[in-house]
Amino acid sequence: MDSDYAIIGGGVVGLSVAWGLLKRGLRVTVLDGDDGSFRASRGNFGLVWVQSKGMNQPRYAQWSQSSAAAWADFSDELTDATGHAVGLEQKGGYDLHFSEESLEATVAKYETLKARLGGDYPYEVLGHNALRKEEPEIGPKVVGAILHHQDGHANPLKLLRALSDDVRRLGGIILNGKHVVDVKKRDLFHVQCADGSEIRARKTILSAGLGAMELGPKLGFKAPIRPQRGQVLITEKMPKIINRPSLIARQVDEGGIQIGATNEEVGLDDRVTQPGLSGLAAEAIAAYPILGRAQLVRSWGALRILSPDGLPIYQESPEMPGAYLVTCHSGITLAAAHARFLPDWLEGTAAAPDLEVFSEARFS
Amino acid sequence: MRSADLIIVGAGPAGMAAAACAAGKGLSVLLLDEQPRAGGQIYRDVARAWPKRGGLLGKDYAAGLPLVQALDHPGITHITGATVWQIEDGPLVTFTVNGAAQQAQGKRLLIATGALERPMPLPGWTLPGVMTAGAGQILLKQSGMVSDRAVLVGCGPLLYLIGAQMVRAGTPPLALVETQGRGDLLAAMRHVGGALRGWRYMLKGLGMLAELRRAGVARHVAATDIEIAGANRAESVRFRAAGQQHEIGCDTVLLHHGVVPNTQAARSIDIPHEWDSRQRAFVPQRDAWGRSARADVFIAGDGAGIGGAKAAAIAGELAALAIAHDLGALAQGDRDLEARQLRWRLSAELAARPFIDRAYPPFAPALAPADKTIICRCEEVTAGDIRRYAAMGCLGPNQAKAFGRAGMGPCQGRYCGLSVTEILSAAHGQAPDRTGYYRIRPPLKPVTLAELAAMADTPDAAE
Amino acid sequence: MKHAFHRLDAPADLVRVTFRGQVVDLPAGENLAAALLAAGVTVFRNTPVSGAPRAPFCMMGACYDCLVEIDGTTRQACMLEVSEGMVIEPAHGKGADNALG
Ligand SMILES: Cc1cc2nc3c(=O)[nH]c(=O)nc-3n(C[C@H](O)[C@H](O)[C@H](O)COP(=O)(O)OP(=O)(O)OC[C@H]3O[C@@H](n4cnc5c(N)ncnc54)[C@H](O)[C@@H]3O)c2cc1C
Ligand SMILES: Cc1cc2nc3c(=O)[nH]c(=O)nc-3n(C[C@H](O)[C@H](O)[C@H](O)COP(=O)(O)OP(=O)(O)OC[C@H]3O[C@@H](n4cnc5c(N)ncnc54)[C@H](O)[C@@H]3O)c2cc1C
Ligand code: FES
Repeated sequence: MDSDYAIIGGGVVGLSVAWGLLKRGLRVTVLDGDDGSFRASRGNFGLVWVQSKGMNQPRYAQWSQSSAAAWADFSDELTDATGHAVGLEQKGGYDLHFSEESLEATVAKYETLKARLGGDYPYEVLGHNALRKEEPEIGPKVVGAILHHQDGHANPLKLLRALSDDVRRLGGIILNGKHVVDVKKRDLFHVQCADGSEIRARKTILSAGLGAMELGPKLGFKAPIRPQRGQVLITEKMPKIINRPSLIARQVDEGGIQIGATNEEVGLDDRVTQPGLSGLAAEAIAAYPILGRAQLVRSWGALRILSPDGLPIYQESPEMPGAYLVTCHSGITLAAAHARFLPDWLEGTAAAPDLEVFSEARFS
Repeated sequence: MRSADLIIVGAGPAGMAAAACAAGKGLSVLLLDEQPRAGGQIYRDVARAWPKRGGLLGKDYAAGLPLVQALDHPGITHITGATVWQIEDGPLVTFTVNGAAQQAQGKRLLIATGALERPMPLPGWTLPGVMTAGAGQILLKQSGMVSDRAVLVGCGPLLYLIGAQMVRAGTPPLALVETQGRGDLLAAMRHVGGALRGWRYMLKGLGMLAELRRAGVARHVAATDIEIAGANRAESVRFRAAGQQHEIGCDTVLLHHGVVPNTQAARSIDIPHEWDSRQRAFVPQRDAWGRSARADVFIAGDGAGIGGAKAAAIAGELAALAIAHDLGALAQGDRDLEARQLRWRLSAELAARPFIDRAYPPFAPALAPADKTIICRCEEVTAGDIRRYAAMGCLGPNQAKAFGRAGMGPCQGRYCGLSVTEILSAAHGQAPDRTGYYRIRPPLKPVTLAELAAMADTPDAAE
Repeated sequence: MKHAFHRLDAPADLVRVTFRGQVVDLPAGENLAAALLAAGVTVFRNTPVSGAPRAPFCMMGACYDCLVEIDGTTRQACMLEVSEGMVIEPAHGKGADNALG
């Protein structure tokens, strides 16, 4: 029984695409790693985020915006199918600033981007007092914030679970503990696993997160991606303290305050460090002093999957047509776009989005 | 920052014996324990409690006194109330005392964090009034408190011990509901062969049972279908035994079906563990000195595999000898000479383990709980949830944790980790070693953000 | 209701603390979880997940069922000793008299 698509990697990217393809009646097999693989999808910050993205590439800002706009519908459909909400809340998000200069500099950049986007960039600047009305626990060191109305957040673990549940429900096959070692193309793609098994499919998608570093070149991609560590903290469950998310902290649907994240170039090391934890805690307290009393319950390190310019990569293999590389640094934000719009691009329909700027041609 | 030749986490028999031995060889020792006084679990608060209640606690408890007294040595700094929550390369240890974090750098680290009671998920086990037998014993040792209407449920020597102590305190338990069958004991007796210690343990157990019988404590064996009933607190224990349904009204239920190594600290620094099928628990890999895969980290005592208090103390001394030799304070010949004695005693101590493990196997329905039973107390995740995640492709506990939050609460998996491993292993028909365990991360115990922040050099390390 | 636990020795040196806003006299230096149990407290808190009642389970700092709030911070009652003037509240959870309701 051959599939239309063999999807290598069952993180949020692979599963979002799988879900979208299944919705179009295509047959999909997802191959995923084991319990210990690096999985950005279960270590991320859960923002569905628009602001600050694509400052130098408006197409990326637009792509993020279109995904954010498609998210509510996507989330409703998943919730209806699985009976479990994924914790989506889209009532804006903040970029908090501790100095007037940084706030002004950011606003200047947003204005430039806004102009390039034809004015579609709904944000406002809140001074300290205005912010305090929205966020009574905000600390005196925060001079103000940019409130971007297209921002929001979701529960990334519930998203992952819902996708994994619904992909199966829609008839998709998910094979866990299948480490793909190579892909050959004959009449069909032959996806070869470490355990000696082989999956055949008409097309294949490489969405293996950091696994693409190794597999990418075998399929004819440059795949110039690297890991970047982010340490994240989460506190005990608290009464409502934070209304809207920011890059510094957000209150998750279960009640814990999630605090993130470091940006560290340390290779494939996903440990947490005391300086990492302390720095994040200090910043969170500067933003919300009441958090000083909160108990940190867990912390973790997860590895971002970064391209040189931080933008997603969508590329069909020049050597193996029908093989696609799909990878990005904001898989939660882009989940809706991957589910809703990417299938058109993969199937080459008339509605296919223009993803030219995200091709590997930009890496000479 | 403090520094010492040897940092020891845990002032139970293993940690105390190691501290005294290492200090005796001239090493500087920093002994950290979160309890306010030395003793560990078995010798909890022995220096204060023995004079008051020694009689009812028994003479095994008194064995802790010399260990505590030996800590009074100029080479040993014992910080009480010190909760260790992070271990990093160095070995660098971060801990909290009185709400403020401190760090210490050692040349060697000994993890002697002991055991936890094996989780015993039964219907109703989260109700107020349900406690571990060890908790009942801690209340008795440390605070001189006894429950007036308690039922003891489970199996093993510790259950008899708390029962006998309650009898001596003048408040016998209402009943002893045992889960092991008579066949288990017979099998164990065949297994034990000539091991004298096994017989001695058995006689000790029989002695305690006799104490319970004389006090008129009802005993039920091979109990099944055990559940604890009650609306807002435990009100009764229901079970089947000898072909009949029973219900015993009570205020307190003390559960116990063995102890398992507390591996949180060792796992937090990625020390490899393996499944011990006899003890049905994971144990850290280590050599005969207790040295782990990280050459500068040793593990001793029940945290390295259940052996009891005496074995723990001996293992602590063995580790101290190896460490003293590592650091040039003990010649190899002397190390080996001293070790020979210790090893001989250790094997004699451990000779009884196969007997105990056979005679008191864990209660099978608590290893494979019914779907409705909560297994993760913190996040209130049931056994059925975990089975559902298994069907959704979760091969191991980390994916199951991501899907359903088991292990994400403040206890960080201490009371659900083994249940999740057992359930997933059964669901996939795979060995526990293959299933694996939670990835344990700092903080080993929750710590306030203010404490963490106070250690920051730069206030803005974040994105 | 009659208390579930009794003490073998008469408690010495009582000090005044409050639990859920009520004044209680507890022995100074006693383990806080033990002292509250002996004082007849059966429910220490309600869980944040379902609001289920909880009380000490392990008494050794491992289970976190004994959580209380002192000075705005969640602490394990079984890892604290009683001191004069402690103001103890249940740790926040779901339920009628709790902040997360
Ligand atoms: C700290 C941090 C914070 C973040 N915050 C946000 C945020 O707020 N918002 C946002 O949108 N994004 C965020 N991200 C990014 C987001 O998490 C990632 O973009 C997304 O999870 C990537 O998903 P993925 O499926 O590509 O990768 P992964 O989740 O890593 O999944 C890859 C999968 O491929 C499998 N695999 C790998 N190799 C093989 C192989 N050879 N064979 C078979 N299977 C294989 C693995 O088992 C794994 O399951 C954050 C990331 C980090 C690290
Ligand atoms: C509740 C309980 C009661 C027991 N009672 C008996 C008994 O009566 N008789 C008997 O024969 N056996 C008893 N046992 C078995 C007991 O484990 C061993 O007999 C013996 O105590 C093992 O000694 P140890 O030194 O390995 O560890 P322990 O005695 O358990 O000592 C470990 C010490 O490490 C400390 N610790 C753990 N983690 C940290 C951390 N992160 N930071 C700082 N300190 C830490 C603990 O506070 C503890 O004091 C009991 C076990 C338990 C769990
Ligand atoms: S009773 Fe278990 S942590 Fe306090």
